[in-house]
Amino acid sequence: MSRPEDTLPPDLFYNDAESRKYTTSSRIQSIQVEMTHRALSLLGLTSPSLILDIGCGSGLSGEILSSVAPPLGGPHIWIGMDISASMLDIALQRDVEGDLLLADIGQGVPFRAGTFDAAISISAIQWLCNAESSDTSPQGRLARFFNGLYASLRRGGRAVCQFYPKNEMQKSMVSAAAIKAGFGAGLLEDGAGTKNVKVYLVLSVGGGAIEGVVEGMEGVDVEERMGRKGDGRKRGEEVGKKGRKQWILSKKEQMERKGKIVKRDSKFTGRKRRVQF
Amino acid sequence: MKILTVNFLTCAVKACKTSPLSFPLHFRDAELEQSDIGYNPSFLRNILPRVDWEALKVTATELGFTTVPSEKPNLDPAPSNTDLPAPETAMETSEPDVADEKVMRDLHTLLLETEVREGKMVCGNCGHEYKIKEGIANFLLPSHLGR
Ligand SMILES: C[S@@+](CC[C@H](N)C(=O)[O-])C[C@H]1O[C@@H](n2cnc3c(N)ncnc32)[C@H](O)[C@@H]1O
Ligand SMILES: [Zn+2]
Repeated sequence: MSRPEDTLPPDLFYNDAESRKYTTSSRIQSIQVEMTHRALSLLGLTSPSLILDIGCGSGLSGEILSSVAPPLGGPHIWIGMDISASMLDIALQRDVEGDLLLADIGQGVPFRAGTFDAAISISAIQWLCNAESSDTSPQGRLARFFNGLYASLRRGGRAVCQFYPKNEMQKSMVSAAAIKAGFGAGLLEDGAGTKNVKVYLVLSVGGGAIEGVVEGMEGVDVEERMGRKGDGRKRGEEVGKKGRKQWILSKKEQMERKGKIVKRDSKFTGRKRRVQF
Repeated sequence: MKILTVNFLTCAVKACKTSPLSFPLHFRDAELEQSDIGYNPSFLRNILPRVDWEALKVTATELGFTTVPSEKPNLDPAPSNTDLPAPETAMETSEPDVADEKVMRDLHTLLLETEVREGKMVCGNCGHEYKIKEGIANFLLPSHLGR
């Protein structure tokens, strides 16, 4: 089956007909809801927060954020960004509570520094790997997105991006772009090795506390880099086609050689994780 | 679009990131609407420290609200919900301070329930106009500005 990302740019793929089909499919609804709950649990929010929903679409992910009950730390207030006017139109018709912006995340994240407590993205950022025109590249768009996201989150904030990488190379390209922007990053895979595998990129802002950040997200592989960009560490090294565990360890070795503190190897390093529920 | 959101939005043009003139964006021809959102005091306590009060006053004035206090109100720190208080103290802390309660309700109405339905926002640095239709602001940049 061909990937929609390989057929058309997102604003053309998600036209009125496709947006409606997408939103009314009960199969899609239940998958998006389940993944949103998973992402929320990885964010670990304990009180009502301001959340950015990246590629919010018709609001299937966002409306979960509005409905988190007070004992579970909600309800949250969210702002959604999406490039498809048709998707946002359906969100309006469904009367979602979040604010909606028509925006291309590949052009950045237009909020002032430290705006959000957290960010969530469900099934969207793989679209950044397909550049729409000759004057943009996937790397450039990924960099503008992650740099903007990093700046818009408050210190200690987290972002969880579930996405559908086309292959190992795309997975590495996306993770590397996040790390380059300054994030502490980990990849979590539910149902690894099955055709229903779900990949979550778990990101944290702010140095030092990665041990604490990782608490409560056991099983997340930590590919941490300490400090922000400009800390002297060479950026953009190849994170090519190696196996994932191997890549993580080799990044750690690189950092250790450069005298940076890295999280000690844990029994979770590189281990894949199955669905919890 | 909520007034809260406006307090955090900046011009998307890269060259404007470093200009103090690019925030807040300025309203033209704004049409407002009042919506109904659940009162959420713990959210307000969480977000208030991040609200740029000077920018909020600019926005409020442009939209015709004249009653915003000149200083950011000082709210009691958020009651911690990680260490739950014993039943007796829970009784006391759940009794809201009356003055605080009024301030919080006003903030809730202004920040979360007042929405801009139509109009545009203009960057004070580059002049770019962001149109708002049915409450959705268009932040798509022409490709020469989006790189
Ligand atoms: C599969 S839908 C997911 C929508 C929603 N998060 C959900 O869970 O139902 C992917 C969404 O990503 C959006 N998207 C793709 N590329 C984007 C970009 N560059 N900027 C903003 N949104 C984008 C699409 O328009 C689409 O609405
Ligand atoms: Zn500007």
